Amino acid sequence: MSEDLLASPGPAPTLTPKVEMRGIVKRFPGVVANDRVDFTIYAGEIHALLGENGAGKTTLMNILYGIYTPDAGVIRVRGVPVRLRSPRDAIRLGIGMVHQDFRLIEAHTVVENVFLNYDGLGFIPKWSALESRLEEIASNYGWRLNPRARVGDLSPGEKQQVELLKLLVRGADILLLDEPTSVLTPIETKVLFKTMRRMAEEGKSIVLITHKLSEAMSVSDRVTVMRRGRIVLSKPTREATIEELSAAMVGGQLIGNAGLEERPTYPAVDAPTLQVSGLSVMGDEGVLAVRDADLTVNRGEIVGIAGVSGNGQIELVEAIAGLRKPVRGKIMLNGLDVTGASPRRLMELGLTYIPPEGKKWGIVPELSIYENVALRVARYKPYSRMGVINWRKVAEVAGKVVSEFRVDTSSIKSRAGSLSGGNVQRLILGRELTTSKPSLLVAAYPTKGLDIAASEQVRRILSRLRSEGVGVLVLSEDLDEILELSDRIVVMYGGRVVGVVRRGEATPELLGIMMSRGVAASASA
Amino acid sequence: MTLESLSFIEAILTSAVSAGTIYLIASVGECVTERSGVINLGLEGIMAMGAITSFIITLAYGHLAAILAAALVGAVFGLLHAFLSVSLRLNQIVVGLAITWLGLGLSAFMGAPEVARELLKALNPSVPEFLAELKQAPRLPEVRVEFLAGIPIIGRALFSQNALVYAGLASAVLLWFILFRTKWGLSLRSVGENPALADTAGVNVFAIRYLAVVIGSALAGVAGAYLFIGYQPFWVENLTRSRGFIALSLVILSSWSPLRAIAASFLFGGVESLQFRIPLRGFGAETPQLIMMLPYIITIVTLVLISLASKGRIPAPAALGKPYSREE
Ligand SMILES: Nc1ncnc2c1ncn2[C@@H]1O[C@H](COP(=O)(O)OP(=O)(O)OP(=O)(O)O)[C@@H](O)[C@H]1O
Ligand SMILES: [Mg+2]
Repeated sequence: MSEDLLASPGPAPTLTPKVEMRGIVKRFPGVVANDRVDFTIYAGEIHALLGENGAGKTTLMNILYGIYTPDAGVIRVRGVPVRLRSPRDAIRLGIGMVHQDFRLIEAHTVVENVFLNYDGLGFIPKWSALESRLEEIASNYGWRLNPRARVGDLSPGEKQQVELLKLLVRGADILLLDEPTSVLTPIETKVLFKTMRRMAEEGKSIVLITHKLSEAMSVSDRVTVMRRGRIVLSKPTREATIEELSAAMVGGQLIGNAGLEERPTYPAVDAPTLQVSGLSVMGDEGVLAVRDADLTVNRGEIVGIAGVSGNGQIELVEAIAGLRKPVRGKIMLNGLDVTGASPRRLMELGLTYIPPEGKKWGIVPELSIYENVALRVARYKPYSRMGVINWRKVAEVAGKVVSEFRVDTSSIKSRAGSLSGGNVQRLILGRELTTSKPSLLVAAYPTKGLDIAASEQVRRILSRLRSEGVGVLVLSEDLDEILELSDRIVVMYGGRVVGVVRRGEATPELLGIMMSRGVAASASA
Repeated sequence: MTLESLSFIEAILTSAVSAGTIYLIASVGECVTERSGVINLGLEGIMAMGAITSFIITLAYGHLAAILAAALVGAVFGLLHAFLSVSLRLNQIVVGLAITWLGLGLSAFMGAPEVARELLKALNPSVPEFLAELKQAPRLPEVRVEFLAGIPIIGRALFSQNALVYAGLASAVLLWFILFRTKWGLSLRSVGENPALADTAGVNVFAIRYLAVVIGSALAGVAGAYLFIGYQPFWVENLTRSRGFIALSLVILSSWSPLRAIAASFLFGGVESLQFRIPLRGFGAETPQLIMMLPYIITIVTLVLISLASKGRIPAPAALGKPYSREE
């Protein structure tokens, strides 16, 4: 799929450095996030920045955007040494950043978000003129965006365009995009890459942080790999190979599918832990998002749900997890009718749910790591007795979560919000799996935002659970991942289950056809 | 329709507007304050301070000075609120309630005959002291807009009122425009939604919150002045009778829009004046308590209805009530 993501990399950029970062050092309590980093951005290039979770990519970009002050090092922009004290300073120099999480006011319109405190505005701005200006920029990049729409009503792809507009109207020509594709559908990603290429042609420079090597290979002109706070590789993309990049990211040792090889024989079909029949679920827009879905997950089996996003997968999974009330149909968990049961009851009956967007739904960022663990376990012995929490026991299990799931942190007392994106996900998985023994694990996009090694680790955990007899239902946008993991693959289209394909019969081509046309082809059910 | 019922409707509308203006001035100001992310539960106390200030200053220097002084006293209380809640980041609920008690206590003290007399003597020795003991002040004169006041039914309600009624309406329109059409209003609303984001965009979060609290409090002071010299120019203790708290819930009812606050305030002004007229017309005479509860019951019912209509998502400013500090 990587070839068609982009037409062709642009002409060789002229090698005038626009930004030079030299000897950048940034320490946080307990970690050196950036260790003498040299990083150069040239005019008109798309520069991919790769690295595992916690490698220091976001920190480096935050420094260039004036959010953090480096402990040492110099930054030159267009040859001039600069001191960046705030994002305002960076913007004035033409540097703009789009964060991993959107920084937008959902209750306000697009035009209000873009022109918040914009310098050129008079006391009473001419809003209609500003709106047409946005329309102009949007059409230049081929976006369909209504300047008067409320941002809360936009899709992730459109929100990202609003973030870009904020930077573009302020004349940014150095754009730092932190994992912009992690929230996008494949189609939205395509649009973004087209936009980026267009921008590069206009002479703008773009830094693209991503965990997907195929994206880096297909869209970038230059690629830099960070590892543990240092730059370990930086070269033109056309001279780099995927193997070389992934080796650089993890530090030499090659990663493979070793952990997944011990796949036992096909599990017993007659031990279902989850049976869904005739399930219909209402979506947020008031139309049925899931129609008449049937689904079975057996003990010791991984079932993957594949589909272009927006075809009812998330609603199906949320209904199973008790977060949405079904309109029709029945859900059985271990032989018990649990249709409409509360999430808490489902949990007690052996269902564990890993929500999507962990940073938003899975943790309380203001609380420490062990307090976040306590949130999950505080109701149960031995973590609490008669409503009084035993913090020593909680700290013990939190320590176990952190070490077994390799959450990269200096202490369990750190704020959960200070963890890097990938580490948040490890914390959530670790917390759920260390503190309960589920018979059914439902995981929505569990590897989203994770680097290769961490994703691999998550997949390994899922396989291990499977061999321990747990039924696993996993939702993923990554077809390769679904193919690698699943014993059976359920394909959804237009809210319906359009086919069930067994491991071995499934190919990317077959799934692709089913996902995009909704025809079951010759798949066996 | 009989002539009598027509004039009854006209009378109700007129007193709806004059009673509603108390709420209008206070809740329009509070819309601005809350849009910046600060809730001012001190409205009740500040209103009481505005009322007592207008009583004494009217006697000493006349109406205009009284209104300005009430605004000034309100602004000072606002500064105190902002200092505690914005700079020291104390809990806004606690700060607001403390200010309410402070304002109620201080105004009762100033209104005591001996104290009021001394204050008046100190401010303007040429005014006869006994005026303060009468607990009365001249009412604001009506300003009749000759031509328009003749319109049947609504003419008297809208065009035969005192200057503060017109000023209240004008301030609602003006503040709506400022909030929703100007650069500064956008910054203010952004501070109320996401102060950290506004801060990184270069908006001075602290200055905006201070100003928003001071504007809202000054208007609460003026609302108190109106309550006394424009509505009921006879001083009694507890003159405000929870009107500050009703104004607070009217802010929710108008979903934080000064324009909708006009409708909400006049509606409640109407309910309040009905409360006095229903017994006159015969029923409810034996159970006045029930009728006195009317405005409060209607407040609760409408709030519940709004909450249901918006599916539990009342569109409050997202950062309402949350102190902001720079470091993380
Ligand atoms: N504000 C902070 N306070 C304390 N530690 C921090 C802070 N920001 C980052 N760190 C730490 O610095 C290291 C680098 O984090 P950074 O966010 O730069 O990683 P990353 O490469 O962007 O990872 P990911 O791919 O997971 O987003 C991590 O160990 C992280 O825990
Ligand atoms: Mg990051």
